[in-house]
Amino acid sequence: MTLAAAEAPLTPRTRTPRLVHDEPSRADRNFNRITMAAGLSVLLLLTLVGFFLMWQSRSAISETGPWQFLTRIEWRTDVQPARIGVAGLLTGTVMVALVAVSIAIPFGVLAALAITEYASARLRKYLIGTVDLLAAVPSLLFGIWGFLFLSGYVVPVSQWLTDNLGWIPIFHTKPGASLTGSIFIAGIVVSLMVLPIITAIVREVFSQTPPGEKEAALALGGTRWGMIRTVVLPYGKGGIVGGSMLGLGRALGETIAVALLLPNVPEISREILPNGGATVSGFIANRAGADAFTTSGLLAAGLVLFVITLATNMVASVVVSRSRSGVGVEI
Amino acid sequence: MTTTSDALVDLTHDDDQAGSSSAFGDVTGGARRPTGSSRTPRRPREFTSADGWTLVGSIISAVCLNWLVFYRFSGGAGWFGVLLCAYATFLAIFAVVTIDRLGRLVAVDRVVTVIVISAGIVVMVPLVLLIGYILVQGLKALRLTFFVKDQTGITPVLPATAGGGAHAVVGTIEQVGLALLWSLPLGLAAAVFLNESRSKWRRPIRIFVDAMSGLPSIVAGLFIFAVLIIPFGHSGGLFGFNGFMASLALALVMLPTITRTVEVVLRLVPDGLREASLAMGASRARTVWSVVFPTARTGMTTAVVLGIARAVGETAPLLFTAFGYDLMNSNPFSGAQESLPLFVYRNVKKPDLSAIARGFSGALVLMLLVLVLFAIARYIGSDRSKRRNARRSRARTTTAIAGESAT
Repeated sequence: MTLAAAEAPLTPRTRTPRLVHDEPSRADRNFNRITMAAGLSVLLLLTLVGFFLMWQSRSAISETGPWQFLTRIEWRTDVQPARIGVAGLLTGTVMVALVAVSIAIPFGVLAALAITEYASARLRKYLIGTVDLLAAVPSLLFGIWGFLFLSGYVVPVSQWLTDNLGWIPIFHTKPGASLTGSIFIAGIVVSLMVLPIITAIVREVFSQTPPGEKEAALALGGTRWGMIRTVVLPYGKGGIVGGSMLGLGRALGETIAVALLLPNVPEISREILPNGGATVSGFIANRAGADAFTTSGLLAAGLVLFVITLATNMVASVVVSRSRSGVGVEI
Repeated sequence: MTTTSDALVDLTHDDDQAGSSSAFGDVTGGARRPTGSSRTPRRPREFTSADGWTLVGSIISAVCLNWLVFYRFSGGAGWFGVLLCAYATFLAIFAVVTIDRLGRLVAVDRVVTVIVISAGIVVMVPLVLLIGYILVQGLKALRLTFFVKDQTGITPVLPATAGGGAHAVVGTIEQVGLALLWSLPLGLAAAVFLNESRSKWRRPIRIFVDAMSGLPSIVAGLFIFAVLIIPFGHSGGLFGFNGFMASLALALVMLPTITRTVEVVLRLVPDGLREASLAMGASRARTVWSVVFPTARTGMTTAVVLGIARAVGETAPLLFTAFGYDLMNSNPFSGAQESLPLFVYRNVKKPDLSAIARGFSGALVLMLLVLVLFAIARYIGSDRSKRRNARRSRARTTTAIAGESAT
């Protein structure tokens, strides 16, 4: 204060007050522009993917007709005009994904519960590490393991299921049918690949349960299960649904493992245990390097897969972020 | 969170408020317990030796019962059926015994505990089997020559140890390296956009990045194939099948992974640091570069390493881009190129056994590569101060460790 008072007589000039303005500086404007461009480029890339798949697949689609392409089961390029369609492939894709998800959801939720509510600090660390590692193992290794090792152990299980539960339509097989290379086996292998995703999201959601509510349940005399049933599970419902849908999205796109396991013959069958079936992605991988027309058809099939997985994933991430528990959850 | 669980709760063996059934479970089950004279308070999570013996006894009796039923009295069943029945019997016996000892409320809790923990163990089993299987199969034919030779002159009659996968290793390194070069700057910038800018586009773009991380990797390969290879790649060259195209497809796979994980790490940087920097007059760009990035460095490195680990194992995008090649091609910009996953995939699909064995050596190398990358990521990711504390506390008493791990 004194300083200013002393200065005042020395500088009699009128001080124009500097304007404090909200406008970003030039560096900031460039920064905003560059990061914005990077963000938008993701959007652009996704649009380009859809556009170019459509553009390059036009010859196949125009020859078969878009509606026939979506509804035809068989895939024959040896006749004129070619009879190709994705209905059989889509059925296989959805069935493998459903088998995978129905195995992975219970184990994923239970593993998430074990991690968040039951494990000691040390065991928790190991469990999280295991699940993360499961996510890091390449799909290819799961594929050859399932193809050459697991398959031999699953065939007796399939046999047992069809012998004892054959009256349930999906477990029915014709007598003497081969049980290797089935949708069931592919589903089991794919379930191992979606398990980490489901576990990670459900765990994240469970760990955000408000401690106060949990403590209140325990203080009222509830057992641990009582607490989980009345607090943790209702709180994490949105996360479980969203996580399962994301798992479904991943399962729909699983490629190499399925390409190795299934015979890649498009068909529509209600039975999951006998040999047979194909998925869109596995079929595409299997036909890599084919002639131009087949490739065009494969691109069309890829476009269908792209649209379906994109829709599933977007719905899932909206479900997770809209639920009470999933606001800050990372996917 | 676990603080209250250890509080003493008066869960007496004979429940004298038996009529009141709470929302947490039906407690009337305890009503028929003989009214004991001593009401000893129990900790809800107490695990006495009697509980342990109940568990062991239930397991033994379930196994014996199933052995009797399936292997003595009937013709037997597949291992799966026996296992499933044995587990169900074990749960039933355990439930009955616990109901008799401690009442229904406790029994339900205990049975659920057993189910949850056994599910946690079951999740670990396939991973152990997978790693063990690849290790055993891969070591059969893996020799050091794998890293120096390619598949020159390999015929189906040669043993599995002949030749090697040097060309695949070189291809993988080049493709993933180039992919990192394309995806890292873009991924970092996108992560900064999602976390540091105040744009209204953040929310839709976050949803799109999410959706892109679920993009089937084969579609990434198909996209590059459709955009560059079909129109321009007739005569080979830069836009033919080569490692460069593969790196573009891999970059498309890595981009969302890097963006999301880096964004999560950036979010952990305290806002106070940003505000301090801005208040000193630094621009936003300067703040990000000099304050946010250095603070988040370890986490960002982890994110990048995990992104690499994911890209290293991708096969599907390479089928339509690198295509695969049996000989050494160290120029990623011209000519089809091999990579480790392609080497494994192509060999395992061949009919002869020595090719399959060669595929397994490649698989082992690939698995070890992924495991090493994973270990590096976890080591960097574990907070440095925590690491030091853990080392120090190991020298201290056990109580100190307990205190440390609780924080």
